[in-house]
Amino acid sequence: MTALAAPTEPQEPAVRSPRTPRRQWLAVLGAAARTTRGRVGLGIMLFIALVTVIGPFVTPYSSTAIVGSGLPFAKPSAQYLLGTDVLSRDVLSRVLDGGWVMLVMALCSTVFGVVVGGAAGISAAYLRGKWDGIIMRTVDVVLAFPQLVFALLFVSIIGPKLWLIVIVVGFTQAPAVARVLRSATLDISERDYVKAIELQGVKPVKVMWSEILPNLITPLMVEAGLRLTYSIVVMAGLAFLGFGQPPPSPQWGYMINENRGGLIGGNVWAVVAPTILIALLTIGTNTFTDAVARVAIGIEGRPQEALVLNEAAVAETTLGETA
Amino acid sequence: MRAYERLEVKDLEICLAGTGRDVVSELSLTVGAGEVLGLVGESGSGKTTVALALLGHARRGLEITRGEIALDGVNLLTLSPQEMREFRGAKVAYVPQDPSAALNPTLKIGSQLTECLTSHPGAVDEVRSRVAEVLAEVRLDAQPEMMKRYPHQLSGGQQQRVAIAMAFCCRPSLIVLDEPTTGLDVSTQRHVLETIRNLCKTYGVAAVYVSHDLAVVGGLVSKVAVMYAGRVIELGATYPVFNTPVHPYTRGLLAAAPSPERAEVLTGIDGQPPRPGRRPQGCFFAPRCSFAIDRCRVETPAPVQVRSQVVRCFRASEIVHAERERVVLTPLPDSIAEPSLSLKDISAKYGSQPVLHGVSLDLAPERCVAVVGESGSGKTTLARCIVGLHSNWEGDIRFEGNPLARGTRRRSKDVLRRIQYIFQNPYTSLNPRKTIGQILAQPLDHYFDMSRREMSDRAAKVLQEVSLGEDFLGRYPDQLSGGERQRVAIARAIVVEPDVLVCDEVTSALDVSVQAVIVELLRRLQREHGLSMVFITHNLALVRSVAQKVVVLNEGRIVEHGSVEKVLEHPEDPYTIKLIEDVPKLAPADEPVLSGY
Repeated sequence: MTALAAPTEPQEPAVRSPRTPRRQWLAVLGAAARTTRGRVGLGIMLFIALVTVIGPFVTPYSSTAIVGSGLPFAKPSAQYLLGTDVLSRDVLSRVLDGGWVMLVMALCSTVFGVVVGGAAGISAAYLRGKWDGIIMRTVDVVLAFPQLVFALLFVSIIGPKLWLIVIVVGFTQAPAVARVLRSATLDISERDYVKAIELQGVKPVKVMWSEILPNLITPLMVEAGLRLTYSIVVMAGLAFLGFGQPPPSPQWGYMINENRGGLIGGNVWAVVAPTILIALLTIGTNTFTDAVARVAIGIEGRPQEALVLNEAAVAETTLGETA
Repeated sequence: MRAYERLEVKDLEICLAGTGRDVVSELSLTVGAGEVLGLVGESGSGKTTVALALLGHARRGLEITRGEIALDGVNLLTLSPQEMREFRGAKVAYVPQDPSAALNPTLKIGSQLTECLTSHPGAVDEVRSRVAEVLAEVRLDAQPEMMKRYPHQLSGGQQQRVAIAMAFCCRPSLIVLDEPTTGLDVSTQRHVLETIRNLCKTYGVAAVYVSHDLAVVGGLVSKVAVMYAGRVIELGATYPVFNTPVHPYTRGLLAAAPSPERAEVLTGIDGQPPRPGRRPQGCFFAPRCSFAIDRCRVETPAPVQVRSQVVRCFRASEIVHAERERVVLTPLPDSIAEPSLSLKDISAKYGSQPVLHGVSLDLAPERCVAVVGESGSGKTTLARCIVGLHSNWEGDIRFEGNPLARGTRRRSKDVLRRIQYIFQNPYTSLNPRKTIGQILAQPLDHYFDMSRREMSDRAAKVLQEVSLGEDFLGRYPDQLSGGERQRVAIARAIVVEPDVLVCDEVTSALDVSVQAVIVELLRRLQREHGLSMVFITHNLALVRSVAQKVVVLNEGRIVEHGSVEKVLEHPEDPYTIKLIEDVPKLAPADEPVLSGY
């Protein structure tokens, strides 16, 4: 068998695709940011984020101090660019200062929701059987409550603590994440590379963490973006109802509530300014998420060559699937 | 000879849109009425791209940049979209690879067939009678209720016949078949191929049959065009191309195809075809060619006539005389040792559906048993029972005398390590998010107590054994070709030093030239490491080169077993005999195919 013993020459190095992205999530985000949709979404998002972050340092007046004449709803003027609010505070200052807490809370609750929901969805799909039943029925129960009502329930029992709001809102986000990730995991856990690891007798937790999770980055990102949008809306809604930072701290959501008396005949901007900011923020996050999702599914933004060659490769692989 | 040819393709060029990089170039062919042209090539050769171009279609991201595709004298590429729409279906028809995906699952067979006819009024006189006629032509008329069936109620072979009937129903001039028999098992494949051949001959249809499988093409077509890296490198009548191939690539492909008649060393073609935009200067095949001279690396060879073939090779006239060498294998002596793996009376079920019935087999140490069967014979289930992926079975599997538990959870780490499994499809068996180094280190980390340094040393060493360089450690699976991926999968299995290797159709997703390389690699490793191997395949021809013993499975039962020579040369069971007869032979057995010349 001497003829066999001679090892074949090492093959010439495989052709590398032009820019094979290694950090997939970064690559997807990058590609999304290059699409028109992504650029618009990201632009709006960054603009609002900048307002909330830099805002507190550039307020013309203290956001809680009563300024000016002491009369409510002064119209915009050179002195008070957006006029004053119901307690005669500077609207511009309050708007600049009133976003960051909500944004941080929304981010925190999104992270919480995605982690809890992701863990639940992945384990339900991977473990199957009774765990699938237990986890997904729990998810159904949580889903049966309207988000806001669920949050209000806990907040009214325990009290309007900020950490509680973060956790409760995050918790109400979890079911949606769980459902999406469950179906994605169902697909991936049947792949051969997962089976190959199972064949070694590796523990389920490790299989989920090191084999399945890295392949769920894209759906995770899309879900996180979507959940962030919803978190912002719910946070603003809770603030409107008075659950948030206690007054007199400025908050966009609560500003709409406290100043609505000024809508007719008073200073419209005290309501309109925070409304626009909340709307823009959600539109921005949603648009960018949409761009990410489109890139992830391959509707737009993928380099043509990679796509074509990929399709060819996929077509070839299906040959073997039939047996 | 007719005054004009049915299909004439001249100097076709297809590029990646906007880049000017050609995927297919300088492609010229003619196909006459009643003639079937085989367009053969391995993955990435551009054969499917050409097939679609014949319908006037370019896939997303591609554009037809030059050339002419004339059907009965009409250039398809100059037609308006409206004219093109009328042309497709009526004048040129397409049979896709996967019939189950091509038929609309919500429409009855009858409506799918009439749909095509009614959308081309004037193609035939009477729709109803034509549908009945075409069903008879593809031999689907045995059951009168066929028209009322839905696609899922038909078998794969029947579905493909329906797809063929749809293509033929408007009596087109050209029919393009894109690997229409790939998903079918051997016997069905042969019937479908005969149907196609007869229909083309009877109605004077020009047909282009795209395939990666030389053997299938050999028995069907009258003319072959072998494609490599977007060009036709050899074109000629089937018989001479198969028996006296000229181009080194064609010769390599034919040498790589296993033969059920001889146990011989398979010689694959190392390396892989260059991708569009990365093609070398000169002859595209030169980097992989053993005949290459300096000139080949500089100039692009123009087609030349050698014997009856048209070949793109500078050295064609010299190569013609080169002998094709074959290395015959010396068989291993029978082993008298205790079997390393022994299956007794295995019956397995999927849910309540029985898949295996009383299967028994013994695997001697350092020997290879081949398990052969068509799709649905239960061969993969058998493999999965052995390795523990399938746990719903009865019977007794003993590994070195000790019974094996059902399912991986109940097996010890040591047993799991010593029986390794290699998956069918290398495109799905490697985690796309991990580097090759991580993939190889993972089992080492799990089974052994090793430092990082030791793990990467071992990984590098095992890569060498499967003929891959150390530089592969940092790559990701999507940067590798199918053959390279399968090597990595093999490396992952042998890196933990197993005793038994279970290979489940490990070459069925690969090209013929790569298949040969992988099979040789497996055999070398098996002998060097003293592995026992269970080799599962549907390809009887491969068995001869790999295994010493063979069992033939049919519908979950062993119908024949014994030494490879005995079973392949003197089969006793009618099923085995049929299987052997149905293996497509490389050289066309019946001359009538060539009557077109």
